[in-house]
Amino acid sequence: MSTAVALPAPVVEMIGVRRFFPGPPEVQAINGIDLIIGQGEYLSIVGPSGSGKSTLLHLLGLLDNPTGGVYRLDGVDTMSLRERRRAVLRGERIGFVFQSFHLLDHRTVLENVALSMVYVGVPRRQRMARARVALDRVGLSHRMEFAPTTLSGGERQRVAIARALVAEPSLLLADEPTGNLDSANAEAILQVFDELHSEGMTLAVITHDDNVSRRAQRQVRIVDGTLKW
Amino acid sequence: MRDLLDEALAGVAARPTRLILTTLGTVLGVAALVGTVGLGQTAAGQITQRFDLAAATRVVVQPDDKGGQEGEAATQLPWDAPDRIKRLNGVEAVGTVSSLEIGDDLVENVTGLDGGEGKALQVMAGSSGLWDAVRAVLKTGRFFDDGHDQRADKVVVLGKHAAERLGINRVDSQPAVFIGDEAYTVIGILDSVTGRADLNDAVIMPNGTAKQAYKLESPDAVEIRTAVGAAQLIAEQAPIAIEPNNPSTLTVDAPPKQGAVRKGVESDLNALFLLLGAVALLVGGLGIANVTLLSVLERISEIGLRRALGAARRHIAVQFLVESVIVGFLGGLLGTAVGVILTVGVSWVRDWTPILDNRLAFGSPLLGAFIGLVAGTYPAWKASAIQPITALRGT
Ligand SMILES: Nc1ncnc2c1ncn2[C@@H]1O[C@H](COP(=O)(O)OP(=O)(O)OP(=O)(O)O)[C@@H](O)[C@H]1O
Ligand SMILES: [Mg+2]
Repeated sequence: MSTAVALPAPVVEMIGVRRFFPGPPEVQAINGIDLIIGQGEYLSIVGPSGSGKSTLLHLLGLLDNPTGGVYRLDGVDTMSLRERRRAVLRGERIGFVFQSFHLLDHRTVLENVALSMVYVGVPRRQRMARARVALDRVGLSHRMEFAPTTLSGGERQRVAIARALVAEPSLLLADEPTGNLDSANAEAILQVFDELHSEGMTLAVITHDDNVSRRAQRQVRIVDGTLKW
Repeated sequence: MRDLLDEALAGVAARPTRLILTTLGTVLGVAALVGTVGLGQTAAGQITQRFDLAAATRVVVQPDDKGGQEGEAATQLPWDAPDRIKRLNGVEAVGTVSSLEIGDDLVENVTGLDGGEGKALQVMAGSSGLWDAVRAVLKTGRFFDDGHDQRADKVVVLGKHAAERLGINRVDSQPAVFIGDEAYTVIGILDSVTGRADLNDAVIMPNGTAKQAYKLESPDAVEIRTAVGAAQLIAEQAPIAIEPNNPSTLTVDAPPKQGAVRKGVESDLNALFLLLGAVALLVGGLGIANVTLLSVLERISEIGLRRALGAARRHIAVQFLVESVIVGFLGGLLGTAVGVILTVGVSWVRDWTPILDNRLAFGSPLLGAFIGLVAGTYPAWKASAIQPITALRGT
């Protein structure tokens, strides 16, 4: 059994967090989770289907509200925040990578990446430049003006990663990022994660794939809405 | 804000075919409204051009058998006819006019500048109200008034052509003309009259003067200028006002009623088209609402993504609202264009001058935008109410 490494200012601090879906059927999706993610940590969350992984990720990403407990993000108590403030915090501090990419098909790759700076108040002039840097970072500088639909799955996920990074979040959350990819493309994504980790980015990756989970610095298991160490 | 507009524009531009179909109802509605109002305005312009206003407001009353020899007419118009007419509602001006029997008298410029020969000109008499009644415009000088009339002053006003024939074109030197052996001072020269072209060729003196010099017994006719639309009513009332006991002994010339009838028909037609336009707009609005709602459902995952990227509920609401306003505005713009083309086209075929209110042309796209705004409210609210986790489900 390992304990969380006590870093000076944890990015995530969850104490006794619960999420209850009134249903029907009623589901206690998250049932009292204590979780601390320190700055620069690379964490994987594994668990069987229906164990509450996605629900936990939504809570971590401020997309959903816990029904109980305490959640501090970057030291900010998120429980008392109003929705507007939560949206701002979400936009500024969290980068999301989804299994199904969630790119806008009608916009270019560059525009898709720049989109994540629209709601956090990055001046327009800077957005394109920063989006280019982020795409360069994931090795897609030659695809900037392409439509996402013309890209391979691996490339699309790299666009999604660039989009998650470009607003310089404190925490990168990925839900089954390799779920739709073949092993070669999955490996490329995992390499990007490794690089990000080595540069000091805080990552939490949800997966049920052990190969993915193993790459992380620390693994936690989730079963029936509780963490098992 | 600018960003939201950009996002909305991109959202609209992403589905061009749908955009066109969505705007269709608004296009039709606005086109119908603009076309109807435009053609209405154009047609109204033509009506006033064709039935010229002067003719539509002129009523003339004369004794029945004016043809009778030597004043044996059964009826004579009373001198106070103008006063009686003036009391009627809708009368703007009234005056009498008479042709004088001057026998062999000729008219001649006193200075002889016209060649020294007497001219056989028509000599007429009028009341001071005549000028206003026939919309007389002076070239120079003045009209005679009640004072001249009462004093029977020897003054005349010359019709345009009469003045030319007499070689008189100014009155500041107090020119005079002989009618027979009597000299009359010319105090004014007419430039134009409406409805009584004979005045242009005549030398006109006050009634009072005519009574004295030519024993004028009664006016030949009463000229009435009515308010717009009052002519028919005045035509009915005038004989009774003048001859309460024997109104049927008077003939009345009044403009035909057609104008009024046509206008009535046209406004009924207008109302119908406006109603159709309104219905089309309603349908258009419902169409926009429907398609926007559909697009909200289709783009749920986009909504989820935007929320994940930091969009608050209001950002989502505003985006969809702006999208439907843009759709409505484009529909309005297109509809206005179609309506204007329709107006110009019909005018061209009918050889009319197209008349279109600027406010209509510029206001109609805004009407479309407003419809978009109203239509988009519910879908926008719906979109903003979608929970991010619901929207991202299935990732
Ligand atoms: N919005 C919701 N309303 C009701 N129940 C929900 C809702 N979201 C999740 N659940 C339930 O909560 C439990 C956990 O769901 P969750 O999606 O977190 O599982 P998961 O670990 O991500 O599974 P998978 O590996 O299949 O993605 C499930 O039983 C699910 O049915
Ligand atoms: Mg899941």
